Amino acid sequence: MTATTTEAATTAPALPRKTLGLAMIGLAVAMTLLHYVGLLPAWLHRLPEAIIPPFATWLDAIFNFVKDDLGLLALTRLLTDGLEVVLDATANLLFGKRRWPNIGPIPWSAIAAMAAVVGYYLGGWRMALLAGGTFVWTAMIGQWDIAMQTMSVLVVAAPLAFVIGLVLGITAWKSPSFDAVLRPVLAVLQTLPFFTYLLPAVIFFKVGPTAGAVATTVYAIPPMILMTTLGLQKVSPEVVEAGKMSGCTRWQMLRHVYIPAARTEILVGVNQVIMLCLAMVVLTAFIGMPGLGAKLLAMMGSFKIGRSFEIGVTIVLLAVTLDRMSKAWVVKLPEHFERGTPFWIRHKFLLMAIGAFVGFTLIAQFVPILSEVGRKQSWSQGKEIDTLIKNFLAIDLVQSITNSIRYVLNIWVLNPLRDFMLSIPTVAFVLLVSAAALLVAGRREAVLAAVFFGLVALTGWWDRSVITLYSVLAAVSIALLLGVPIGIVAARKEKTANAVLLACDTAQTFPSFIYLIPAIMLFGITATSVVMSILIFSMVPLVRYTIEGLRNVPDEMTEAADMSGATRMQKLWNVQLPLALPTMAVGFNQAIMFAFFMVIIAAFIGTQDLGQELQRTLAGTDLGKNFVLGICVTLMALTFDMVIMKWADDKKARLGLN
Amino acid sequence: MKKITTALATGVVALSPLAAMADSSDPIVIPIHNWSSQIVMSNVVGQIFEEMGNSVEYVTTDSQAVYESVRLGDVTLELEVWEGAFGASFRAALEKGGIVDVGDHDAVTREDWWYPMWTKDACPGLPDWKALNDCAAVFATAETGDKGRYLDGPVDWLKHGKERVEALGMNFEVINAGSAAALWAEIGAAEADKRPVVVFNWTPNFAEAVWPGEFVEFPEWVDGCDKDPAVGPNPDALYDCGNPATGYLKKAAWEGMEAKWPDAYAVLTRISFTNPQIAEMAKLVDVDEMEPDEAAEAWLEANEDIWRPWLDG
Repeated sequence: MTATTTEAATTAPALPRKTLGLAMIGLAVAMTLLHYVGLLPAWLHRLPEAIIPPFATWLDAIFNFVKDDLGLLALTRLLTDGLEVVLDATANLLFGKRRWPNIGPIPWSAIAAMAAVVGYYLGGWRMALLAGGTFVWTAMIGQWDIAMQTMSVLVVAAPLAFVIGLVLGITAWKSPSFDAVLRPVLAVLQTLPFFTYLLPAVIFFKVGPTAGAVATTVYAIPPMILMTTLGLQKVSPEVVEAGKMSGCTRWQMLRHVYIPAARTEILVGVNQVIMLCLAMVVLTAFIGMPGLGAKLLAMMGSFKIGRSFEIGVTIVLLAVTLDRMSKAWVVKLPEHFERGTPFWIRHKFLLMAIGAFVGFTLIAQFVPILSEVGRKQSWSQGKEIDTLIKNFLAIDLVQSITNSIRYVLNIWVLNPLRDFMLSIPTVAFVLLVSAAALLVAGRREAVLAAVFFGLVALTGWWDRSVITLYSVLAAVSIALLLGVPIGIVAARKEKTANAVLLACDTAQTFPSFIYLIPAIMLFGITATSVVMSILIFSMVPLVRYTIEGLRNVPDEMTEAADMSGATRMQKLWNVQLPLALPTMAVGFNQAIMFAFFMVIIAAFIGTQDLGQELQRTLAGTDLGKNFVLGICVTLMALTFDMVIMKWADDKKARLGLN
Repeated sequence: MKKITTALATGVVALSPLAAMADSSDPIVIPIHNWSSQIVMSNVVGQIFEEMGNSVEYVTTDSQAVYESVRLGDVTLELEVWEGAFGASFRAALEKGGIVDVGDHDAVTREDWWYPMWTKDACPGLPDWKALNDCAAVFATAETGDKGRYLDGPVDWLKHGKERVEALGMNFEVINAGSAAALWAEIGAAEADKRPVVVFNWTPNFAEAVWPGEFVEFPEWVDGCDKDPAVGPNPDALYDCGNPATGYLKKAAWEGMEAKWPDAYAVLTRISFTNPQIAEMAKLVDVDEMEPDEAAEAWLEANEDIWRPWLDG
């Protein structure tokens, strides 16, 4: 068997891609069939325990060496102390923690008023309403304190991620060799499951807000770096010329030429930083970050769906507000005033914001409700929502529909698919993945895919990795069946498209944990629940990119189709979809990345995959094992990322898009 | 406004010479986890410490990882060390050093197979485990075929449901939930159409107030049931007994607490809650929908006769 493989490999360059790919698939199928009839040697089915290297132990040894012998722990604990001072200060201002400077908490009405003014400055009345309204809702629903606990960490983590990302982005742009090192690291960071961020954060930065801030920062940095580098690379030579001619120094070039010219990309990076920070709000609650996330977990732990739902709404509102405000900032062009314009005109919004802030702070001293909304004054409808959900579940029709979905999916689709995937011999599985990469992308991708999956096999977590992969593939397949048609229908009319995109934004920022409870209540603790909760999350990019792809089909093409008398279906199938396909592939890729993210969270439903083991390591100090498990997820995700993106790029080039 | 007054009051107490005790002015860090009774109890004890003039801070932590944090002094104490759930982590930390045992609460803890009351209609022989086994079919689902389905706690809670099913030859399939929230969701869904379920549960717990229910009575726990196959009804298997019906509920503290906050430490050794008291605390939050700090205030107000004596020693 191995003889054939090596033979195939050595003669590879002479064979055309397709033949080689099909040969590899044939070989894999043959091995699987041999296994079924019981003729395949056991060591080809699963790697024998004896040859699996103890990666976890090695990693632990390295970690301990770096941590204790090199004194990294002492250094990070020193940084922790510094960070703690900053976090304590914001905590004092926002929710009145008794620390320096001991002047907080700022009344909620002052913050809401200031947010409204900033919103008005950035995007007019609608933005003012959104920004002010979000904060009023938060206070009225009785979540002000916990929301501010969350914000007190985010207002430190987000700027930190921005600065570090900007500096690293500039460095990567200046030095190609640094860029070459950084890129793979970023790729890994972006696919690493969040549990793998959390454990080192706790060990090095102490349980609590400090670890939360660090994990959030690290999670939010990669897109900032990428966007900075991208923006700087795109600065047009004419602008650079102009800067040089006016005799700028290198620092002046960067400060006054490059960064302003790359403003748009950098601000998109800022937007991404904010979104990723908010995505971590719930996850960092596992390592002691206080606030909305911790409350959400406590509410879920005592089965208060209504209250957890309300917290979810707050997080979505905060995310949508910050997202829209930062996007408005991207498109808002810097204002220029004539020389001699008085200070108060140039800075009228700044003054208004300060005025609103001071005004409400003063008023709040006399009107207590403007400073703090008590529990009994709040409008929380938690109990009512609970009753609503319970009544909905008790409807016979709902029961019979969910029961039949559960039955069909579990018995006929999911469980057989899982058993089938587990029955494929490891070596054959790696061959299949590699062959698929070869057929879809190219030789380089095929080799890397084989290496990546080979490494997964070597970690000894093969079965769990396959189960993880199976959940991802099952969910993404169903997401494809549902998401693409939704996208196609929505793209027909501008109005529906915008409504669906808003729904996508909401679904994406809604804390994914909340999806788990309804999923369990509808489908029980089964594979169906796991797949359903992944499905909601991974359908978002599919819908979004389908709409984007169809919208961006050049008008000439659709007009040409109309003129040649194509029916709507013909136009869709023969013109629009083929042209939108590369963009849709990017959406498909994101759907898979989202699914890999969510499958880990689905461990909270009850799975037998990598997520479950990762969850288990979180309670201990098993850094090595935690890292190995995380890398398994990353390697699988990277394989998909690499293959799909290569295919999309090739396709785009062939279609003459870009 | 009220907060400011409390803050002022604490400030005055701290400054007055009467309260000039030896306790450090650094905050005592109390960890809170994700279940209500522990959160309220932590707030109650925190407010007692504040009453004494100490400053207190709460951090949210994982309930297993907390013992490592106590050991390092990152958090000062832990008020609910459950024998069944955290005994292992606690003992491991004890062996490494840095953490001390501050005694037991009066309350006892129990964790085992449990069913909500409506289940009894479908299987009247309960709570006897043999009766449960006889109606296994009632608990069957599409996925388990004709076997009954028992929903165990998350794998990392190490509840040995599978081993028990095998040891006692039960006609059940064990499915592991991924989190406590998943257990409640399952019970909540079953409640809608009064479907019989048997799941892992424990006491004291908020669930008792929401869904009345009972533990399944397995062969009584005998010491060594988890180590010696000869113990218990099945001579060849481990885990052939129920869990201990009266597990401990301990308090633990950082080794340095006694030196740094001697008075608070002395009070901590005297603190002891009973099962009804813990249930009452949980109820204030879970049923009456109070915030934990308000619930603690309310509890302290209503139960002064219980906690005052702890202060005086």
